[in-house]
Amino acid sequence: MSDLTRLSAAALAEALTSGEVSSVEATQAHLDRIAAVDGPVHAFLHVSSDEALATARGVDEARAKGESLHPLAGVPIAVKDVVVTRGLPTTAGSRILEGWIPPYDATLVTKIKAARLPILGKTNMDEFAMGSSTEHSGYGNTHNPWDLDRIPGGSGGGSAAAVAAYEAPLAIGTDTGGSIRQPAAVTGTVGVKPTYGSVSRYGLIALASSLDQAGPVTRTVLDAALLHELIAGHDPHDSTSLTDPVGDYVAQARRGLAGDVAGMRVGVVKELSGEGYQPGVLARFEESLELLRQAGAEIVEVSCPHFEYALAAYYLILPAEASSNLAKFDGMRYGLRVEPTEGPVTAERVMAATRGQGFGDEVKRRIILGTYALSAGYYDAYYGSAQKVRTLIQRDFAAAFEEADVLVSPTAPTTAFKLGEKLDDPLAMYLNDVATIPANLAGVPGMSVPSGLCEDGLPAGFQVIAPARQDARLYRVGAAVEALLEARWGGPILTKAPELEASK
Amino acid sequence: MSDTLVDYDDAVARYDTVFGIEVHVELGTRTKMFDAAEQGFGADPNTQVTPVSLGLPGALPAVNGTAVEYAIRIGLALNCTIAESCRFARKNYFYPDVPKNFQTSQYDEPIAHDGWVDVELEDGTVFRVDIERAHMEEDAGKNTHVGGATGRIHGAIYSLVDYNRAGVPLVEIVTRPVTGAGERAPEVARAYVQTLRDMFRALEVSEARMERGNVRADVNVSLRPSSDSPLGTRTETKNVNSFRSIERAVRYEISRQAAVLDAGGQIVQETRHWHEDTGHTTSGRIKSDAEDYRYFPEPDLVPIVPDRAWIEEIRANLPELPAARRRRLQADWGYADPEMRDVVNAGAVELIELTVAAGSSPAAARKWWMGELARTAKERGVELEELPVTPQQIGALQALVDDGRLTDKLARQVLEGVLAGEGDPEAVVAARGLEVVSDDGPLLAAIDQALAAQPDVVAKIQGGNLGPVGAIIGAVMKATRGQADAARVRELVLERVQS
Repeated sequence: MSDLTRLSAAALAEALTSGEVSSVEATQAHLDRIAAVDGPVHAFLHVSSDEALATARGVDEARAKGESLHPLAGVPIAVKDVVVTRGLPTTAGSRILEGWIPPYDATLVTKIKAARLPILGKTNMDEFAMGSSTEHSGYGNTHNPWDLDRIPGGSGGGSAAAVAAYEAPLAIGTDTGGSIRQPAAVTGTVGVKPTYGSVSRYGLIALASSLDQAGPVTRTVLDAALLHELIAGHDPHDSTSLTDPVGDYVAQARRGLAGDVAGMRVGVVKELSGEGYQPGVLARFEESLELLRQAGAEIVEVSCPHFEYALAAYYLILPAEASSNLAKFDGMRYGLRVEPTEGPVTAERVMAATRGQGFGDEVKRRIILGTYALSAGYYDAYYGSAQKVRTLIQRDFAAAFEEADVLVSPTAPTTAFKLGEKLDDPLAMYLNDVATIPANLAGVPGMSVPSGLCEDGLPAGFQVIAPARQDARLYRVGAAVEALLEARWGGPILTKAPELEASK
Repeated sequence: MSDTLVDYDDAVARYDTVFGIEVHVELGTRTKMFDAAEQGFGADPNTQVTPVSLGLPGALPAVNGTAVEYAIRIGLALNCTIAESCRFARKNYFYPDVPKNFQTSQYDEPIAHDGWVDVELEDGTVFRVDIERAHMEEDAGKNTHVGGATGRIHGAIYSLVDYNRAGVPLVEIVTRPVTGAGERAPEVARAYVQTLRDMFRALEVSEARMERGNVRADVNVSLRPSSDSPLGTRTETKNVNSFRSIERAVRYEISRQAAVLDAGGQIVQETRHWHEDTGHTTSGRIKSDAEDYRYFPEPDLVPIVPDRAWIEEIRANLPELPAARRRRLQADWGYADPEMRDVVNAGAVELIELTVAAGSSPAAARKWWMGELARTAKERGVELEELPVTPQQIGALQALVDDGRLTDKLARQVLEGVLAGEGDPEAVVAARGLEVVSDDGPLLAAIDQALAAQPDVVAKIQGGNLGPVGAIIGAVMKATRGQADAARVRELVLERVQS
């Protein structure tokens, strides 16, 4: 087989099952690819070659002995660095956790290890998942494989770039306000934020507990379905984890790939388009919608009037929860410890010095915002009001889902912008997530699939949102959009990306 | 630094005392409040921890259902309303013994609220204390400050943190302001905590051992000119952890605050430290309203909505509480009120109950525990239950008396042996050869010897004067080293003389 890195996870899994290729070959091919292109892309913070190859060897031996294996066994995967991995460095993109080796695995990592997917390494991200460009990483920028001068989205730019650059067929992301979907949109990949509680949060370094959700980052909708089925399921370690049985995502994706969307009501959210959206992004969105209509879907317009306040509410709830979640990083137990250079070395002063040096500016900005929002006398006006907006947004969704089976919008208002372009303008940066945030506030699932290339030659994303616990609908509609568009393009969108030059 | 104090009687004559108590009880669950780490006294530092107890990145809490059940038991026993739904909140503050730098606690939605408990004072007076709330929370770790003179943080070179206690489930019980206790406020405060301690044990929710810190009390005290004045400014004396100290601390604060007010000063709202050794309090940190814990609902936990049927099941299975039990036992045992009160105050209820269960009559059991054993405990400066003797042994001892195998006097000697660690009563009897001489042979020999030594006595007895019989019995007892049954000796003497 010519280049194993170009295969989808589903295709690679088939080749592994049939014995056509070994997991060691597949894993080594991806490690080689990482060695070749990750210099300029910098999707990875840590590459775990030895561990990955050991897992791959184990899978090959087991297969040789005829042991029954998970369908994805032996297919390599990359994991966002916000996910705790036993024995592998985990920093969440922050200097404050430099050198920390976790003594335990996140539940989703336990599942990945049980299914025996070789873990290639940990991917770059905005520090503690705060950002939309990965420029807030404490360990340097990740570059968009479509144009190395551009951002790969964020916070999960590393996972999206790794998948887009064929460094990994599968990756794990986390999405608090769009950190899986927006990077997917700007890198021409697929990203899914499951229903809140679908995937255990145990072992995800928390940003905002009531919003965080882990999910698949892949090149195809079917691959996302395969990965989602693997990592989902109830976890007694996470009280907010759903007890529902895992849905039939793969079956629904196959149904969508066959073009079966007839009779589905697709609601276009009026408030998530228009001003602030790049013309090409809107054009690709309209074209995708038209394909769905031609395939038999019923297109309706829905209004979600309170989405207007989503961004404001989000930027109160998130910093409030984050200010408390990040309090534990104080130099007392693990990670960075900075002692003040003058004056007494008291616990309080070590905490202050450690946090002062270990956290980046965006993290500090949000801790200050959140601390303020929770302060006595301000709580009702800020955190309290934001929670009310959240309820209103949930009601908007409930009303919209009376009229439509899924809701759709562009994933992000623009294509990838240049590195540095919005770094000094936090508000402009925050606006990237205007279309993705409502789903987090309501806990409903969302997906981004590529919608095509815009006037600047860069990819845009088509977002599908389903009611809570109806993630299966995402896969049916998303796969249909993917199949219809690829038929028109004559192949996956990533085949149109410029070839990365090997760095050696 | 020593405070000016007003004589206690003068203080309570001039001011009305209001107090409130916050009691923390560590629940005796196998595992912690939010994680699977085991908990218990005496383990090596930092061995009872998981990623959750250590607050490691990514770790999440999950509520311990048994702890919730225990909290409901406590709430029901305190006649509280159990909330239909309640939540945890985060109390945010930075301190190294709090691994997440926030404590997960209930804030505005406690699991139990609005109850009361009747507290019985030593003289039998019953005083009702209103309960504001009982809520669940997690304990913090334990700091050890090394290098300072007093073990306090001041002057320490470094500090060690043990997270074994971090995450141990606590229930905090908060009273409403207690008014109307007058000069008996310190006594009521003590009796309240004692009542709770007994209740925790009866409910089997905690070992409730004060000396291990299973039960800890913070005592709020304020004074006001009279009972119709508004509440005065209060101080909160932290970690007063023995019954006696609670009484002393309230008493001390009354005398201290009265002196401040007498001098025209103002009470500072502050936390105060209790010094067990010297019996006084000192100023801690000022507790102003500016202290801001930035409470907000814990987003990692869903609300707790206890099933109503479950609550009723817990209510139906609540064990008999100490006050009801005391009433029942008093009736069963036929003790007079003062007798029962003495037994209660001596902490002998359970000991007597077990002694009776071991076969003793209630009267005999009381006689042992409130007599010989109480004296011994006092001499040794320990509590009754700390004496090296079991109720079963006392029951066995009394059975020997009831069977006539021991006289009271011999029984006391046997008890001495038991307390000295010589084994069960039977073993002591055998080893010391203390059994009553019940064979008439040796007794008759001793009687004949005594009669022969005092020939005039026989004639006197035969003449109807029974007075000298005592002298003969005394001689026989002496000859048998007290092991004779005096009544039997008397019978034999009379037979001998009159035959």
